[in-house]
Amino acid sequence: MGFLDRTVRSMFLGEIVSGMALTLRYFFKPKATINYPYEKGPISPRFKGEHALRRYPNGEERCIACKLCEAVCPAQAITIEAEPRDDGSRRTTRYDIDMTKCIYCGLCEEACPVDAIVEGPNFEFAAETREELMYNKDKLLANGDRWEAEIAKRLELDAPYR
Amino acid sequence: MDFIIDFFLHNPLGQLLLIVLEALALLVPLLIGVAYLTYAERKVLAAIQLRKGPNVVGPFGLFQPFADAIKMVTKETIIPAGANRYLFLLAPMLTFMLAMIAWAVIPVNDGWAIANINVGVLYLFAISSLGVYGIIIAGWASNSKYAFLGALRSAAQMVSYEVSMGFVIVTVLICVGSLNLTDIVRAQEKIWFAIPLFPMFIIFFISALAETNRSPFDLPEGESEIVAGFFVEYSSMSFGLFFLGEYANMILMSAMTTILFLGGWYGPFNILPVLGPLWFLLKVGICLFVFLWVRATFPRYRYDQLMRLGWKVFLPFSLVWLVITAGALMAFGWLPHA
Repeated sequence: MGFLDRTVRSMFLGEIVSGMALTLRYFFKPKATINYPYEKGPISPRFKGEHALRRYPNGEERCIACKLCEAVCPAQAITIEAEPRDDGSRRTTRYDIDMTKCIYCGLCEEACPVDAIVEGPNFEFAAETREELMYNKDKLLANGDRWEAEIAKRLELDAPYR
Repeated sequence: MDFIIDFFLHNPLGQLLLIVLEALALLVPLLIGVAYLTYAERKVLAAIQLRKGPNVVGPFGLFQPFADAIKMVTKETIIPAGANRYLFLLAPMLTFMLAMIAWAVIPVNDGWAIANINVGVLYLFAISSLGVYGIIIAGWASNSKYAFLGALRSAAQMVSYEVSMGFVIVTVLICVGSLNLTDIVRAQEKIWFAIPLFPMFIIFFISALAETNRSPFDLPEGESEIVAGFFVEYSSMSFGLFFLGEYANMILMSAMTTILFLGGWYGPFNILPVLGPLWFLLKVGICLFVFLWVRATFPRYRYDQLMRLGWKVFLPFSLVWLVITAGALMAFGWLPHA
């Protein structure tokens, strides 16, 4: 009886047809993918992307060369050299991040007492050569200027949870 | 004007030219159709898998097939060191040629076949059986294990499914009383054979999937187990010819399904007979969509399951149904007067 049952069932292709009906339903569903370079998915305010060095509104750089980020960096990707400036304030003369070493853990950002080094929302900084990923102070400050609006918004959105 | 008509109808050179033009009028749209079938396949698979598919080259990605074709022809043709050079290059040409010449007998509309021969079905059957040679030669001449395995699988598969396909075609033939494809379509003016011969229609379609090595019967290619089967060693245009041949065969099988079961150029209930070729194209398009839809739905058959289905299910079933159909035709006196 079981044999007959199975045979009749398979003869009428019931499962084949229901499988095809399922895929046909999916055919008309909205797409799960987005048109990436033109459309982007939402990212969290805590997203850890490309690094940036921020400035105060008066244009003075925030970093005070305390080297906490350099100390905390688990990948030892940050190199800082500093000396007092003519006006007596302590500033960095060199602030390099090796982006090929960085693991994007965000500890530098957490360690910073003045919110100078942050990881911004940008994740599209692929380069064609390795050298382009050795960021220096100019590059990081330029990133800060470029992304300041978004970084400020992200910090504000995340502030209640800190 | 008279001169031109006279040239094409009575001058031997003109007649030859006319045939060449007719063939081009069929083959050029066919090749463009093949190109867009690859595009349609990617789009349909993408839609079913909730993706977008190619959409960057041109509007909606419509120029993608041409970009692919340019890429294909500009690549280097690699001939493996151990391969038999002549056979290696002959195989893709053979596959492609066979896929093209079969179209000579396909009637797109009443009287629109390039060669309206009286044994059209037999011709098609012979051509599609020869198709296996291209694959076997490719597999053997490549001198590679995967290609050889793919070729063996393909040969066994095509031979098994041709048998049941033959019985299905015979069933249609005894209902028509002619081997002429135009006559077969004309016999369906009142009712398409897909309705009275529904089980045969399903068997024919599934066999067509197996015959064209399409999923779920794509064992000869078996991407995940034998890399790409019989054409692993091919590159550039020699690969391109296999590709074109395979897709042209898909269209050919859809056209055969349309002619044998879906009433060719007749619209449903015979509406709008003016649109003959468009009805034909629409039906072929629907069949091709089902080809792609099946590919998106089912996993590949295991080899023994494939053989079991061919020999132990389809063959006896189509044979029994052939006898039943013949008996019914005799008993009720519906035999066509050929």
